[in-house]
Amino acid sequence: MSRSLKKGPYVNEKLFRKVEKLTQMNRREPIKTWARACTIVPEFVGHTFLVHNGKIFHNVFVTEDMVGHKLGEFSPTRTFRGHTTGTKAQRASGTI
Amino acid sequence: MPRIAGVDIPDNKPIRIALRYIYGIGPTNAEAILKEANIDGLTRANKLTEDQLANIAGIIDANYAVEGALRRTISQNIARLRDIRCYRGERHRRGLPVRGQRTRTNARTRKGKRKTVAGKKSVKALK
Repeated sequence: MSRSLKKGPYVNEKLFRKVEKLTQMNRREPIKTWARACTIVPEFVGHTFLVHNGKIFHNVFVTEDMVGHKLGEFSPTRTFRGHTTGTKAQRASGTI
Repeated sequence: MPRIAGVDIPDNKPIRIALRYIYGIGPTNAEAILKEANIDGLTRANKLTEDQLANIAGIIDANYAVEGALRRTISQNIARLRDIRCYRGERHRRGLPVRGQRTRTNARTRKGKRKTVAGKKSVKALK
């Protein structure tokens, strides 16, 4: 279910203030954040965020296209490296 | 055979059904178009007058995204998701379900035909 329009998009207050501060100072350094649920608003465009995924911080440079998405969408929490080929026996003997 | 919105040539069916052969027009849109054009939905497509057909074509042209244009918008939307490297884009790229469905079983529409992996438990059990 989508969020009530009355409330408007969820934007982490603290993060938003920090972005505004940086914009005022005209600085564009990465902002470390855990606020994955925070919606990307137009003010964020051009900033870089380090979005936590539970383990590491992913570098997310915000472009105009990303507005309306959440920060967490750009910091994957799972790794999938693909399935191994070959049978169990082959893998055990180290031929692959 | 009447032609509406480019290549579509539905025929011999009630117009409200025939319109649905156009990509992007389903039951709801078909009814809405006919209401606006003031045409009985049960008239067969080949029984419509030239004027009525032109009217329908005009309404579709003006208000609805159909066929090529619609397909283009959809693929552009998907391409956008891929470009920004967001989670949904990744899922599209991998050919996995995008909206959080399970993938342990099912999800065959997205994943395609089963690729049997040799040495898996279920395969051994079959023998």
